[in-house]
Amino acid sequence: MSTGEQVKTSYREAMRAAIREAMQRDDRVFLMGEDVGRYGGCFAVSLGLLEEFGPERIRDTPLSESAFVGAGIGAAMAGMRPIVEIMTVNFSLLALDQILNNAATLLHMSGGQCNVPLVIRMTTGAGRQVAAQHSHSLEGWYTHVPGIKVLAPATLEDARGMLWPALQDPDPVLIFEHGSLYNMQGVLAADAGPADIRSAKIRRAGGDVSLITYGGTLLKTLSAAEQLRADGIDAEVIDLRSLRPLDDATIMASVARTHRAVIIDEGWRSGSLAAEVSARITEQAFYELDAPVARVCSAEVPMPYPRHLEEAALPQPERIVAAAREVVG
Amino acid sequence: MSRVTGEAAPEAAADAPGAGHRRELLRQMLLIRRFEEKCVELYSAAEIRGFVHLYIGEEAVAVGVNQALTADDSIVSTYREHGHALVRGIPLDAVMAEMYGKTTGCSRGRGGSMHLFDVRRRFYGGNAIVGGGLPLAIGVALADRMRGEERVTACFFGDGAVAEGEFHECMNLAALWDLPVLFCCENNLYAMGTAVERAQAQTDLALRAGSYGMPAWPVDGMDVTAVEHAARRAAEAVRAGGGPHFLELRTYRFRAHSMYDPELYRDKAEVEQWRHRDPIEMFTRSMREAGELDDTELAAMEDALARQLEASVAAARAAPAEPVEDLTTFVYSPESS
Repeated sequence: MSTGEQVKTSYREAMRAAIREAMQRDDRVFLMGEDVGRYGGCFAVSLGLLEEFGPERIRDTPLSESAFVGAGIGAAMAGMRPIVEIMTVNFSLLALDQILNNAATLLHMSGGQCNVPLVIRMTTGAGRQVAAQHSHSLEGWYTHVPGIKVLAPATLEDARGMLWPALQDPDPVLIFEHGSLYNMQGVLAADAGPADIRSAKIRRAGGDVSLITYGGTLLKTLSAAEQLRADGIDAEVIDLRSLRPLDDATIMASVARTHRAVIIDEGWRSGSLAAEVSARITEQAFYELDAPVARVCSAEVPMPYPRHLEEAALPQPERIVAAAREVVG
Repeated sequence: MSRVTGEAAPEAAADAPGAGHRRELLRQMLLIRRFEEKCVELYSAAEIRGFVHLYIGEEAVAVGVNQALTADDSIVSTYREHGHALVRGIPLDAVMAEMYGKTTGCSRGRGGSMHLFDVRRRFYGGNAIVGGGLPLAIGVALADRMRGEERVTACFFGDGAVAEGEFHECMNLAALWDLPVLFCCENNLYAMGTAVERAQAQTDLALRAGSYGMPAWPVDGMDVTAVEHAARRAAEAVRAGGGPHFLELRTYRFRAHSMYDPELYRDKAEVEQWRHRDPIEMFTRSMREAGELDDTELAAMEDALARQLEASVAAARAAPAEPVEDLTTFVYSPESS
């Protein structure tokens, strides 16, 4: 039962509170990754946790992504509940062998014997002028892979609430935290707890067009929806939250109401998660559509350093507004 | 214990196992050999398919190392793992059924030759990405360390893995965290078709492991007694909290990399030379010379194995295949999907 008390917090603090709670509730849980301990986490998510839980459970690793992600898989297989932090999704490519060939595969390849109850957290996305090796949104790639689940918390509630159910899941779960969200401030119920990790959520109800997004582009999409209201267009905004599996039912129900869809995804357009969502709408709700499905994605370029070029490469509210106007006609 | 790197380990004091023990070592080596010879036959008859990487010639390694492990220890292996699986005690019938892809297989037929699993026996595969099993072994050992378990994790891999980045990441991590891992490098001199000297700037693999600050030494991998002694010594040290140890087990694969290849990468004379050091023949000879084995006993052993193998083939043939409707089970756990 909620007490109704609200506390001021940030996405970063909400994530930290989630880790702390998990560590307190289950002694099989530990956090492992580069600079998670003494440094406090490269985005300061785990600041203070080393002092609270000690170096065995807040475990600094060498720069060996494949080894420590694989060690997380092995420890999970052997009964622990590791949280592995990878600094950015670009670095996760150094561990892709372990994530794909082991974490996603072991259960099936062993005929159902080898569960991997592992959570891997990593930062994704652009917007901080850190150029082409620290800025990409590759979560869509991971959604290609059966055997793993992919989450994208975009709100304080989800930053606070997704970790615990992810740890309860018997299968590997990847959590993508958009780098621009860590400083997001807001209020959260003092007793906020676990969130559902299976369904998409309607963040803004509307009847004219479905704007479907997740993670770092949610706020931009909500801002676009406000601009559209001034034009008399009432947009519905869907936060996918779970990128694999996708909550088709929520998406299709929305499209059935609005008859128009725009998908906003910070990944590159070709072969993107947006492409998958678009294909599903075409397959499942084609006859509901009054206009072709539109997509607003990142420009197909490695992320450039200068601010104006980075901004031009990324989905922005103006482009979302333009795309929505186009499909509304 | 002293740190020995890059040189032959001093003779370990044998715990003087008797003739009965030696007969069991021989039986296990023969089990692997005869199982794989049967696999060749079945593969040629197109009853089993896929990649089948034969261990023939390397049997002394799996059998010798296994003597140093208890049922509570863990094993992480490679795609050339029939021998490790069989000596671990995964029932012959379950291994054979896995070759057939049947539901009675040790991985319910989903894995095949390269992915034998038996989590109940702490046998964690069957990993077919070279070097990919090492991080898993690190993780299993880390879990044991964090829970205060006194288990050893034996991690098998080949000389090819030593060229992988994961190998070096894992050597470092195991030594840094003092993890209870027994690294068993099966150096059969070839990474598929690439000879060690064509792939490794430093071909003394124990020396390289030793550079991470862990005890490491080479062992004659064709001599089951030498392997057993070295493995016991290393495993006891690991179990006593001595951190990771590394054995470079120098051995040789008599057959092709996977079932058939033209073997353009090595001389027939070289293979013949190594065949003179066949671990089973050498061990049989020494037992005969010591009066520990006669023709009747050997024939009885072979006969029993042949009957077990025939029975396992019959059982595998008769076993049910997974229904196609169950294609996507085990992608996610039932409770999560």
